[in-house]
Amino acid sequence: MARIIVVTSGKGGVGKTTTSAALAMGLAHKGNRVAVIDFDVGLRNLDLIMGCERRVVYDFVNVINGEANLNQALIKDKREDNLYILPASQTRDKDALTIEGVDKVLNELSQTFDYIICDSPAGIERGATMAMYFADDAIVVTNPEVSSVRDSDRMLGILASKSRRAEKGLEPIREYLLLTRYAAERVSKGEMLSVDDVQEILSLDLLGVIPESQAVLNASNSGNPVIMDDDSDAGQAYSDVVSRYLGEDLPHRFLDVRKKGLLVRLFGGQR
Amino acid sequence: MQAATSETSSVFELKSGRFTLPNLRLFHTNMDQFAEQLDKQVNMAPAFFQNTPVVIDLSQLSKQTAEVDFALLVGLMRGQGMVPIGIRGGTSRQQELAELMELAILSEQHNNERQKPVAAKATAQNKSAGNVSATLRPQISKLVTRPVRSGQRIYAAGGDLIITSQVSNGAEVIADGNIHVYGTLRGRALAGVKGNREARIFCQNLQAELISIAGQYRINESLKEEQMNRPVQISLSDKRLEIQSL
Repeated sequence: MARIIVVTSGKGGVGKTTTSAALAMGLAHKGNRVAVIDFDVGLRNLDLIMGCERRVVYDFVNVINGEANLNQALIKDKREDNLYILPASQTRDKDALTIEGVDKVLNELSQTFDYIICDSPAGIERGATMAMYFADDAIVVTNPEVSSVRDSDRMLGILASKSRRAEKGLEPIREYLLLTRYAAERVSKGEMLSVDDVQEILSLDLLGVIPESQAVLNASNSGNPVIMDDDSDAGQAYSDVVSRYLGEDLPHRFLDVRKKGLLVRLFGGQR
Repeated sequence: MQAATSETSSVFELKSGRFTLPNLRLFHTNMDQFAEQLDKQVNMAPAFFQNTPVVIDLSQLSKQTAEVDFALLVGLMRGQGMVPIGIRGGTSRQQELAELMELAILSEQHNNERQKPVAAKATAQNKSAGNVSATLRPQISKLVTRPVRSGQRIYAAGGDLIITSQVSNGAEVIADGNIHVYGTLRGRALAGVKGNREARIFCQNLQAELISIAGQYRINESLKEEQMNRPVQISLSDKRLEIQSL
C-alpha cells in the first residue's frame, strides 16, 4: 500500500509544485516507485516543472471520467525509471474532480507505487480539499512571512478536521512544516520571520528549510526539478528534506548568513 | 370486543400553548451599535425586560449578511436580563450557528413542527462542537489538547473549556463557563456566553484578537502593552473587563 503525501499550503506561490517535483524526484532516486499527481485543474504547472509538458496526452480528469486508463495518462519520467507524472487537465474545472473518482485513481496507484505525491492547488476550496482528503502525510509549505504563516495555520486546521482520517477517527495525518524562500540575511536584519518565530506561531516540527535561491527559477525554466542541481543550496536543502522525511536525522543547513570570501565578492558567486 | 379503558397515571402530558413573545428584529450585525441601542432600550423599561423570553428575528437581515455572531448577541441580550429562546427567519447557515448556541428554530407555520429528537440534535451538535453526547448535559469541562488552528471554532456548552496548547489567530474558543488556555491566546475568547458574569478567562500569554465575558468585549487594539504577552486572568467587574497578571 502506498503512502499518500499531500504538498499543500493555503497560500499561493510559496513553493508547493517546486517541492512536489523535488520530493518526487528525490524519493524515486532512492529507489522508490513514485507517482506525482497535479491536482490544480485548470491551472496546471507540475508538467512544466517536471519538464514533460510536451508529452501530455491524457490527464487526471480523463482517467476519473473513464475516458482513458491510468497507463495511458501516466507519463514516465526520462531521468528516473521509477517516477511517473499524472498531469492535471487544463481545459476543465475543479468540479470535474469527485471524491469517488479520486479515491478510485489513488487505490489503483496504491497497488504498484510506494509513494503518491499530491500537488495541491492554493486555497482551501475543492481542489485543495480533494488533494488532502486521502493523505497519510502532509507537507505544509510556508514562507517566513505573516500571511503565509496564517494561511498555513488555517490549512493545518482543515487537515486536522476535514481529511478522511479525521472524519473516520483514524490516526491523524502526520504534519510536516517546510519553510521555503528563507533569506538568512533578511532574518538577521529582523525583516523576515525566523525559524523560531514560525515554529512558535505554528507549533509544528520542522522538516526542512529551503533557502531563497536563483536555482529554483533556473529549474523551472529548464524543466529539471531543483533537487537535481546538487551544486545549489536549494538543491542540497531538498536532498536533506528527502532524507529527513525517510527518517534520517540531519542538521538544518543554510540558516545562517554566509560570509562571502573576497574572491566570491569580486567575481560573484550566485547560482 | 370492548376496548379496555386504561387508568391514566402518567407523570405529564404534552399540550400546545400559545404565547405572544417580543421579537427582536435585527437589521444589521454591527455589534457595537447593537450593544448601545440595547442598553438604551432596556434602560427605558428595565423591569419589562427582566427574564423576558425573546425571539430573535433574522428575516430583515440582507442575504449578504456575513455570519451572525450569536455568541456575542446572546451574551449581550442575557447581560441585559433577557432570555433569548430562539430565532425565526434566517438562512440555513444562520440556523446552524443558532443551534450551536442552543437557540430553538421557530417555524413560521401554525402547526408545531415535530421537534428533532434530542439524541439527533445532540449528534448534530457533536459534529460541529465535538461535545459528549447526552440528553441531560451535566457541568463537564471540555478538554482540547491540540492547537486550535485558524478558522476553527470550539464551544464548551454548559461548562468550562480547557486548552493545553495555543489558540491561533483567527480561531474562536467559546464557553458557557470559564476558559483556560495553557498556552498563547492569539484568537478570540468568549466566556460566559449564556450570561454567566462570573466566568473568567485564563491564559499563559495574552495576545488575543478579542476577549469577552457575558457579552462584554474588548478588542486587541484596546489592550494595554503591560497587559499583553504575559499570564493573565480576565474577569468582569461591573461593566468593565479587568485584566490581572497571574
